[in-house]
Amino acid sequence: MSEIIKKDLSEIIELIKKKEIKSEELTNLYIDKVNKSKKLNSYITTCFENAIQKAKEFDKKPNINSLLPGIPLAVKDLFCTDGFKTTAGSKMLKNFIPKYESTITENLWKEGAILLGKLNCDEYAMGSSNETSYFGNVINPIAENTVPGGSSGGSASALAANLTPATIGTDTGGSIRQPASFTGTVGLKPTYGLCSRWGIVAFASSLDQAGPMTKSVKDCSIMLEAMAGFDKKDSTSIEKKKENYSKNLKTDIKGLKIGIPKEYRVENMPKEIDELWNKGKNILKELGADIIDISLPHTKYALPTYYIVAPAEASSNLARYDGVKYGYRSSKGNDLIEMYENTRSEGFGDEVKRRILIGTYVLSSGYYDAYYLKAQKVRQLIKKDFDENFGKVDAILTPSTPSSAFKIGEKTNDPISMYLNDIFTVPVNLAGLPAISVPAGLDKKGYPLGLQLIGKTLDEQNILNVAYAFEKNCNFKNEIKNWWL
Amino acid sequence: MSKDKFDYYIEGKKNKYEVIIGLEVHAQVSSNSKLFSGSATKFGAEPNSQVSLIDSAFPGMLPVINKECINQAIRTGLGLNAKINNNSVFDRKNYFYADLPQGYQISQYKNPIVGEGKVLLDMPYGSKEIGIERLHLEQDAGKSIHDMDPTNTYVDLNRSGIALMEIVSKPDLRSPDEVNVYIKKLRTIMRYLGTCDGNMQEGSLRADVNVSVRKIGDKKLGTRCEIKNVNSIKFMQMAIEYESNRQVEMLDDGKKIDQETRLFDTKKNETRSMRSKEDAHDYRYFPDPDLLPLKIEQKLIDELKKTLPELPDNKKERFINDYGLNSYEANVLVSEKDISDYYEEVAKLSDKKLAATWMMGDLFAMLNDKGLNISNSPISAKNFAELVRSIKSGEISGRIAKEVFEIMVESGENPKKIIESKGMKQQSDPKELEKIINEILTKNKDKVDQYKSGKEKLFGFFVGQVMKQSGGKANPQLTNEILKKLLKG
Repeated sequence: MSEIIKKDLSEIIELIKKKEIKSEELTNLYIDKVNKSKKLNSYITTCFENAIQKAKEFDKKPNINSLLPGIPLAVKDLFCTDGFKTTAGSKMLKNFIPKYESTITENLWKEGAILLGKLNCDEYAMGSSNETSYFGNVINPIAENTVPGGSSGGSASALAANLTPATIGTDTGGSIRQPASFTGTVGLKPTYGLCSRWGIVAFASSLDQAGPMTKSVKDCSIMLEAMAGFDKKDSTSIEKKKENYSKNLKTDIKGLKIGIPKEYRVENMPKEIDELWNKGKNILKELGADIIDISLPHTKYALPTYYIVAPAEASSNLARYDGVKYGYRSSKGNDLIEMYENTRSEGFGDEVKRRILIGTYVLSSGYYDAYYLKAQKVRQLIKKDFDENFGKVDAILTPSTPSSAFKIGEKTNDPISMYLNDIFTVPVNLAGLPAISVPAGLDKKGYPLGLQLIGKTLDEQNILNVAYAFEKNCNFKNEIKNWWL
Repeated sequence: MSKDKFDYYIEGKKNKYEVIIGLEVHAQVSSNSKLFSGSATKFGAEPNSQVSLIDSAFPGMLPVINKECINQAIRTGLGLNAKINNNSVFDRKNYFYADLPQGYQISQYKNPIVGEGKVLLDMPYGSKEIGIERLHLEQDAGKSIHDMDPTNTYVDLNRSGIALMEIVSKPDLRSPDEVNVYIKKLRTIMRYLGTCDGNMQEGSLRADVNVSVRKIGDKKLGTRCEIKNVNSIKFMQMAIEYESNRQVEMLDDGKKIDQETRLFDTKKNETRSMRSKEDAHDYRYFPDPDLLPLKIEQKLIDELKKTLPELPDNKKERFINDYGLNSYEANVLVSEKDISDYYEEVAKLSDKKLAATWMMGDLFAMLNDKGLNISNSPISAKNFAELVRSIKSGEISGRIAKEVFEIMVESGENPKKIIESKGMKQQSDPKELEKIINEILTKNKDKVDQYKSGKEKLFGFFVGQVMKQSGGKANPQLTNEILKKLLKG
């Protein structure tokens, strides 16, 4: 029985559809595993009672025609869930219970999924290792002392450890793809505007995008199909028809042109990453794709640009956490200003404060033109790089990360080296494009590594297809040994 | 206001100064829901009863532009003869305050929805054009209530997120009088358009007043001070008087004016420094990433243009040309749309000029007395027209008309009915009048003799007697004619 939760989401869905397992049984299997896996610290909140109740309801009247029939799912704790604590990994919201449901989670429940729990993440999604969470760091199931990446680290860890059959994260600069790469799972950041941001605790509004995290590309297509769609409550949502990503998934990529950007071969990149990239190229070539060298000349400016734009937006987005209306309020302070200061000093962690400071600085009068405005201009250039190349190629292949999972505490005192982890993922967010990280191999230590496929605007189907074909021919096998049980 | 030459200058100890004023008027957009949320905007509702999750800035909430507010801003822009910008941007203005739940106000900074325009003022010394710098849309903040509890401040978010239009004038105003006429003109235009109710008591219209002074003849503008959030025309005028005199005094004492933000204390009638330029907030404006740039199709602008009502300036011209009114009369009668509508209805059914005189005289005095608006006048336009017709035709005299008017106010009845039932019709039959006059002349032979011997002042006495005899109904003109004729004979 416990073998079932090792299966992919798509296989589990089939079992439910064939009535080989009931939703309640399935839910109990996950509850059991989650209870035994506290050491990973991937869950902040469990919603087991709710899950069992909903599973029973499903079993009484199973609608097996929905996309996610009776499937229990845990989600990143950045999605507001009606009646369930939503913390964003912060002390500021440690007791915050929304009275509303995010559009994305609502879409999942409409497709038959059931809320199993809320997953740990970096505080307000600010981090690349899940070490900034107020609820403690998360452990990567691949090895006891490694980080799962971030900010969707709890999601990646829970997924890789089979504590949820699939999950969702958010990706502002790589927060889905980097942890996917670190845990040997699949993670997709959709085109900006494909998935509604309504009800997601905001980090950087022009970059934030929710996306699926799964054990296979097929699972990824099912989840994306359930999540995506126009939402009139989000002004940046794209109005378009729903697509059947899972139905249209195919492995035939003959004649597709795949671009290889030379700027992604960065200094001091481990040799094994380069080899992995070559392996990827060769697999796609064998499948009939044309490999084309391209140049994205402004790539090197992406990281500094990102670390101006994202903190600027964050400094404003996080101004609402002032202790007045909801969330944490300090009991100290003699007047309004002191109450604000104490609340925000005590409620936010160091990384969040660092970014609020940076963001406030780059927007200040006298600095705005030199930083924020310049960054916006560079952002346009980065976008133009992609636009120009997408005339020549159908997708772009790069490594997902410059390294495999690192040790807990290894980079916490060196923010720059931490930020460098997002070097391959950040340009995609700045350009608003879709990208998927798909597991491609293991390094010397046996830690997984991913490759990233970047697509044109709203061309999710295409990168899913390439990733699907790649996955089928790559023979990647995640070696997770359940050491924590 | 009876001066026909502009003369608002301030005499200092040493020099004579002129006062330069620019206004930032905040006008609440008339719309059923807020700028970025579906919450209601009714005035006077129970505190915090018109607040959505967006207005109170809950995590994950996003603004969505209310199209009606955009249309209202475009209409207003068109009413101000202004350029409507096809592309504009909503920015965040960041600052902390308890009644600002988001920690930022969504406003428009570099790219407002409406660009330069102009407003015409009718001053006693002629027509004056005031330039409009821009009009932009922004969210109102909530309200902090400090006087309900000795130690706590209460916050009411009903107003939080309501759409405001900030209408920024050029520094073209030169006196408190001009400010008075300007604000009223803006209000008239917006009321015609239905884009702002202009109700200052309810805070629908308030202004930041920028004041500076300069020596007569100087070209360069002086350093200005901004007086924040003044909510009545009277206070604006008082604040300008105080502030300009303060600045003149300082300059003539050889001191420098600091650019600063000041508050007007209505009780002490003085302005006080709130914060200097150095302490000015750094609002860290940047484009709101939750909202895409606002694109307005020329088609929409053209369509809205077609639906605009006739505006006061055009209507005034028409009243002068079509109804033969003078500029002053036309001005008064177009000052409110309801008044102009009432007048037009009356004018269509009666004498246009006489209708204007009677409206601006007796009708306005009565409404003013009773604290009523034209829209709830006890006299309908139809009845009022009937009254004017009766005067014009000579059916009743002006004096009788005043009596009829009084009865109309009380009863709301048709004047014809009143005149008939009370027998107030004017006596205009020359034969009848001659009979009455002959009787009077016979009775007062001595006075007739005195008149004939040169005491012509006695003419008035005879007229009075005729009026008395006829119960005031004798046609005065006819009475004069017949009297003169008979006294000659």
